[in-house]
This record gives sequence, C-alpha cells and structure tokens, in this order.
Amino acid sequence: MALEDLLKTPCEWLKGTGPDNDIVMSSRIRLARNLNGYPFSTKLTKDEEKAIIEEVHEASLASPFIKDAMFLLSEDLTDLDKQFLLERHLISLDHASKQSGAVCLTKNETISIMVLEEDHLRTQVLSSGFDLHKCWETINKVDTQMEEKLSFAFHNTLGYLTACPTNVGTGLRASCMMHLPSLVLSKQIAKVMQALIKLNIAARGLYGEGTEASGNFFQFSNQVTLGQNEEEIIDNFERVIKQIIENEREARKTLTDKKQERFFDQIWRALGVLKSARLINSKEATSLLSMVRLGVDCGVIQGLERENLNELLIFCQPAHLQKMTHRNLSSSERDKERAHLIRKTLRSVEIS
Amino acid sequence: MLCNVCGLEEATIHLTEIINTKMVELHLCEQCAYEKGTDVKQYFNFSELLEGLSEAGEMLKSPSEKKEAVRCKGCGISFDDFGKSGRLGCPECYQTFSKQLLPLIKRIHRATQHVGKKPSKISGEVKFHMELRELHERLRKLVEQEAFEDAAKVRDLIKQLEDRAKKGTEKHGS
Repeated sequence: MALEDLLKTPCEWLKGTGPDNDIVMSSRIRLARNLNGYPFSTKLTKDEEKAIIEEVHEASLASPFIKDAMFLLSEDLTDLDKQFLLERHLISLDHASKQSGAVCLTKNETISIMVLEEDHLRTQVLSSGFDLHKCWETINKVDTQMEEKLSFAFHNTLGYLTACPTNVGTGLRASCMMHLPSLVLSKQIAKVMQALIKLNIAARGLYGEGTEASGNFFQFSNQVTLGQNEEEIIDNFERVIKQIIENEREARKTLTDKKQERFFDQIWRALGVLKSARLINSKEATSLLSMVRLGVDCGVIQGLERENLNELLIFCQPAHLQKMTHRNLSSSERDKERAHLIRKTLRSVEIS
Repeated sequence: MLCNVCGLEEATIHLTEIINTKMVELHLCEQCAYEKGTDVKQYFNFSELLEGLSEAGEMLKSPSEKKEAVRCKGCGISFDDFGKSGRLGCPECYQTFSKQLLPLIKRIHRATQHVGKKPSKISGEVKFHMELRELHERLRKLVEQEAFEDAAKVRDLIKQLEDRAKKGTEKHGS
C-alpha cells in the first residue's frame, strides 16, 4: 500500500528545514469547512456520509494542487495505519477514532484534507520551520480550488459555519509546534503560558487537541476565528510566536553562557541514558531526545545532526516502530526495539 | 493529584484548555475518563466552556420546558443537546439558536461579524451586505484615526453601493 511509502521520506513537520527550525519545528494552518445541504458530521446518515466523501473526492481530482494526492477511506485503514498518520500529524486524534470518513493527502505530506472530522472538511497545510504565510498562501489556493466544485455553508454575518462555534468565521486555526527546553529548564514556561492566556492563544501537547505536552514540545494556536481577516489572525499569532522564539533564545544563551554545570549535566546524562538503555518507553525517549536536541542546538554535543534526532523522534513512536519492523509489537517489545534503534543511531556520538 | 470526578483515584489524564483568557484544567482518573466516554475532549470542552460563560450557563439552567420548545428545523436538535455535545447539528442551527449563540460567540471571539475570505459563488445579495459592512467598518476605523479625507472617499463608496442596490430593487419591483 502507498501508505508505507511515506516511511521512506521524512515527514514534513520533522524535516528540520525552514526559518527558525531549531525552535519552531513546524507551522500549520487549517481551515474548517462544511458543505451546504447536509447536516454537520455527527448528524449524517450513512448515505449522506458516502455522498460527501464522493463529492470531496471529485473536487480534489479537479484541483491542480491535490489531484495526485492519495485518497484513503477510513474503513480501509487499520488502527495501526491511523495511529501512523496521527504520529505524522496528518490526521487528528478525533479523526483517527472514527470509522467513517476519508483523508486526502499529498505525497510530500504538506497538504491533507480530513473528510468528516468534526467538520465535513478540515484542510491543513504543514510547513517545516516557522513559515505561516507560506502555509496560508497554499491553503488559500487549495480552498479556492475546492470551492469551485463544492458549495460551502456560509452565513452573511458569521462567515463560514462550523459544527462548533469556536471555529466560526474564517474557520482558520494557525499553529506552531515549538521546542522550548530552555524555557522549561529555567522555569519561565509558566510565565509564558500565563501571558498566552491573556493573548487568547491555546497551548497543547505534541499531538494537538487532547494531548499532554511531552519532551518540552508544545503546540500553540490561535483561538479567535471571527472578526479578523485571515492575514490579521496570522499576523497577530506570528507576532506572539516571534516573542516566544526570542525568549527561548535568550534562555538558551543564559544557560550556555553561565555554563551552568547542572545544565550540561542534564544534557550529557540524557545522551548517556539513550546510548545505553536496553528498554525505553516513548515518553522517556521523547523527553531525553529533547535534551539531546538542546545539546546539539547549543553546540554542546558534536557529531550529531538535528535531522537524525528528528528522525528518531518520529520512529520512536509506537506505530512507526511497528511499520518499520513490519511486525505487531507488544508494548514491551516496542520498548526493546526503540532502545535498539536509538543506540544504533547514536552509536558514533561520543560522550566527552 | 486526585481525580476531579470521583476524588478517590489518582488523576492520570490531565487536560488544559484556554478559553477566552481563562485557563480551565480537568484532572481525571482512567476509570472516570472512560466512563465519561472515550471522547474526553468533547466532554471537557463544552460543559466546562459553558459553565465558565455565565450567560450560556444560565441559559442552560433555565426551565426545561423552555428549552424543549425550540428544536432546529434542519436537524432536530435542541439548544440543550448542543450544551451537552458542544456541537451544533447543521448550518441552520445558527439561525434557530441565534439568540443563545450570539452572546456565546461574542464571548469567544469578541466579535460577531465575519471579515475576510468569502466564497466566490455566494449570491449577489450576500455579497452586497458583506461589502457594505466591510466599508462601514473601514469608515469607522478611519474616523477613529481622524483620517477624514479617506473617510469621505469610503463614505462615497458606501453611497454608490447603496444607490446601485436601490436601483436594482426598483427594477425588480416594477
């Protein structure tokens, strides 16, 4: 199946390219849209579900941007497939838990459309690094192309109508996946979170809505979708992210300049554990990899590329481990495989 | 930390959401999370959100016969159903429950009017209203900035647009 082909390429959000990618791993914009003439996703009959999937599929074939994309029906995907797509940030937790629906995704994984998520269409564009405007430019075109074939529910004062009023208006959610170890280590993260609350910015974990922050990775996104146009929403959000980037850089500088023993100790210990562990769960691996990543970013650890770390980060996830080994693995078998993979990748990195 | 629901077990599922400048946290043990349904997210999002927003909260607490009275013609849900699931049933719900929804929307977004992208296929009438509203908004901002010359230009545009529309409807009438 074509899904396995994705294993051969680095997924977009972990490519490690694009502006400020040492701190902002990836940028994402999604648009929520619903078709006219149907109730929202939870109220659809089986026939209506089929009809919507068909309509969206046809529209996608007519759109130059996504005509060559894979169009996968949820019913044809195994739980492992769905988990795999979730780990690559191509579908949401919510969509993964559903039996009906479909996902349309381009081979380079930058564009995906979830069909029959909370809204009929959830289109997203991912970009490595900090580049929201590039995402907007692309998604705006995809949306316009889809709109030529589809009729979207639109209200003359409220804008695009969505199943949840928190998305009404532009239906636009911009988000950035950030790695903020220094703000966490220097205990400034709580202050940052407080400030974000005031600015109407939501903070979530590595896998979006309903997930916990792990390994110092955070996903931030705008809350307001109505009353500002798309560019304004993106500009305002971008300004906040820039500020967080600056804060993280300052914190990194303080940690390295002061050469705090404790800081170096944590980085080397993390590398030590990763290089020697025989069993490791994904949570521990993620948080240790986060420390090693910081060590590489600050020039403490030599001979290791950020790219390799990104790869490890994704391949340490449960579904990726199983896809890679072509086996169904129990939790303890995964811990063993994961530890093995990490040791293999870090073999040449020396502890000095 | 103990579970917020049963108060007995250690909470292992922690949810944090920022809703309109307010951070809401929910800590659940595995058993309670399971009993609340696997979609913890939905449970959390809306009951918490609506409780936090007093206007809607009160609306939900109003006598049940009042809520039973209105059901959406498009999909059959009541506002009470929306309160439970956090999801509307169809586009028409926005019309049916506009009285309850608008204050809620205002609290979430601090606005009740869409600006920005619109479908290219929308009807002429909708387009007219949107353009008019955007011009009024621009006018308001310009007056605020005391840019009266530009404001005058926008005012003329509004007048042109309105005149054109008036002619249009007169034609229809005759």
